[in-house]
Amino acid sequence: MNAMTLLLITVILLAVIGLLIGILLVFAGHKFHVEVDAREAAVREVLPGNNCGACGYPGCDGCAAAIVKGEAAVNACPVGGASAAEKIGDIMGVSAEAAEKKVAFVKCAGDCAKAHTKGSYIGVRTCTAAAALPGKGDKMCQQGCLGLGECVSVCEFDAIHIVDGIAKVDRNKCVACGKCAKVCPQHLIEIIPDKSMYAVECANIEKGKLVKELCDTGCIGCGICVKMCKFDAVHVENNVAHIDYEKCKGCGACAAKCPSKVITFREQPKKEKEVS
Amino acid sequence: MGIYSFRGGVHPKGNKELTAGKAFVRLIPKGDMVYPLSQHLGKPASPLVKKNDPVLAGQLIAKADGFISANIHSSCSGKVKAIERRLNASGVPVDCIVIANDGQFTPAPGVGEEVDYSSFSKEEIIAKVKECGIVGLGGAGFPTNVKLMPKNPDEIRYIIANGAECEPGITCDDRLMREYTDWIIKGLKIVLSLFPAASGIIAIEDNKPESIRAMEEAVKNEERMSVLTLKTMYPQGGERNLVHAATGMYMESGALPASLGCIVDNVATLSAIYRAVAFNEPLMEKGFTATGDGFNEPTNFMVRIGTSLREITDAAGGLKEETRKLILGGPMMGPAVSNLDAPLVKANNALTAQLEDEVEKAELEMNSCIRCGRCTRVCPLGLIPQQMARACERNDIERFVKLHGADCIQCGTCSFICPAKRPLTQLFKQTKPMAMSYIRMQAQKKEA
Ligand code: SF4
Ligand code: SF4
Ligand code: SF4
Ligand code: SF4
Repeated sequence: MNAMTLLLITVILLAVIGLLIGILLVFAGHKFHVEVDAREAAVREVLPGNNCGACGYPGCDGCAAAIVKGEAAVNACPVGGASAAEKIGDIMGVSAEAAEKKVAFVKCAGDCAKAHTKGSYIGVRTCTAAAALPGKGDKMCQQGCLGLGECVSVCEFDAIHIVDGIAKVDRNKCVACGKCAKVCPQHLIEIIPDKSMYAVECANIEKGKLVKELCDTGCIGCGICVKMCKFDAVHVENNVAHIDYEKCKGCGACAAKCPSKVITFREQPKKEKEVS
Repeated sequence: MGIYSFRGGVHPKGNKELTAGKAFVRLIPKGDMVYPLSQHLGKPASPLVKKNDPVLAGQLIAKADGFISANIHSSCSGKVKAIERRLNASGVPVDCIVIANDGQFTPAPGVGEEVDYSSFSKEEIIAKVKECGIVGLGGAGFPTNVKLMPKNPDEIRYIIANGAECEPGITCDDRLMREYTDWIIKGLKIVLSLFPAASGIIAIEDNKPESIRAMEEAVKNEERMSVLTLKTMYPQGGERNLVHAATGMYMESGALPASLGCIVDNVATLSAIYRAVAFNEPLMEKGFTATGDGFNEPTNFMVRIGTSLREITDAAGGLKEETRKLILGGPMMGPAVSNLDAPLVKANNALTAQLEDEVEKAELEMNSCIRCGRCTRVCPLGLIPQQMARACERNDIERFVKLHGADCIQCGTCSFICPAKRPLTQLFKQTKPMAMSYIRMQAQKKEA
């Protein structure tokens, strides 16, 4: 009997509290109602939803809010790329300037066959750890890819892999978020326009004779490419050539004459040619 | 004085017996001699010679550039063959002067001639040490003249001659203390003459009884010198341990021995100081141990700086076929050698050739910590390697600095003891530069 009353009181009390809170919430909901911009939801819908942070905002929600507020451009999401930019442009009523696709590019071609090695590296298997030791990893070149894949471990898009001892970017998957470039202790990864037809696949700062001792495909800093280029697009600095992607017209004159064959031709997808 | 020891430490296999009984053999180099412009801590020296210039043994070929830098002399006579980048022992390209050795070793005028230095002023002595390019021969290669000019010369109470030689396998300091006792004592005397309030302590591990005996005999009539016996324990020869042994005080993190009134010089450095002051002899030659089971004939050499490691290896009977790994220095701290054509530089003191079993023993992996706490017990600085390593793995520099990770001397003691074979020391080595810049940033923030 006693227990029964206790139970009854408890139940009634809880029900009353629940009811009160319910009323309060409904009231508060009306009072503090904020108009959610319908466009924000729509934009959010278009964004890929990886929450990768590559745009610089806290996740895709943050990015959508920024776009709607006009703080971010409609092509702010590098992951969504041109197609997302176009759709967001429609929502926002502005035309999306076709965002130029960019990709990561590894400035090293010293794979297992070409780079000379000096021994086998024993130690912590991260590039940062190897780079901190005198002599670095197992390759002789001190600027080259260490091949321990720290870049691979940070890529959220499965776009970079170690192939034959060096990092290789999958241009279709890469969204140019730049995480790999940030983590590479050799500072080997550059974010370049995907339509660049030529790039120098080497970062070695030594001079000719010594480079040959280190790698079969190193840039020897001879400057032939500089002379060949009619558009002033190649320069040798610190004994290594670098192409100015803005100026490069893709004629390939430099690559044709490079004695080390280190200026690589980057195949362009057919459909892009049709577009241009 | 009793036998001193410190907190922590480990007992790696000494391996000293391979070479301890072997007197120095003078190695006469035949091939080209190579002199990297950076053989010391600080700025590289700048070359004074050009291609095809004739040079004499003891001639200055590259001049110290700035306050913390050191002169470099040719240790042979001949002709400058090239000034170019060559690979050092770790395979890193460095700027070098290459001299085609004519095999005569004709000395430059004045080099090796006895001088009466009794009337030298303090400044003259320090200038001589600087001129002769003397750097710390214990491994760090810090310019000795800079060390001899502390901010508080009147407060220097101890000059510690470091003869601990705690790295396994190396015995060249042991041999030096036995064969060239006199040079070390005279060098110590010269340094003591700079610091009137100081007394000299020669610190030796107790696994070198002959050296202790020789030194004790030599200091009998020296009022200001004594011999301190250290327990054989790695890393006994670290500056902090020596300063603690002498003063009973612990060096603060980031402090120099001079702050506790000490100057620590390796015994080989002291003997070089003597040769420089009394014989006008630049640093051209030094003791060097080629040891390890991988050598056919492990030997102690008196070898000229600039000699290629290959010539040294050949002189030690060559490497056995089964040799798996070569280390410049001892197995606890030395880096792996990948290029035998590299030259011996000032701070090098040994070459250790290891066979398969030892390499395997030292192979470390990214295993997980089993929390046994042994690393914490052995760290000579009283650090907590286990937690520091966790911070490194998480890239948490702030925590690493909080744990005083930046004080780590990378002695390798913790890695040696770790039963999980975690590469602790390598993690600390990798994180230290980041920790240093973090500390610098914090300091700048405070200032602003
Ligand atoms: S590109 Fe850089 S991070 Fe990637 S594997 Fe090579 S060295 Fe390591
Ligand atoms: S991490 Fe590098 S490879 Fe991966 S998506 Fe980002 S930029 Fe491309
Ligand atoms: S031609 Fe080739 S090797 Fe010569 S500088 Fe240009 S990229 Fe380097
Ligand atoms: S390597 Fe560093 S942490 Fe490890 S024992 Fe030595 S000083 Fe301590």
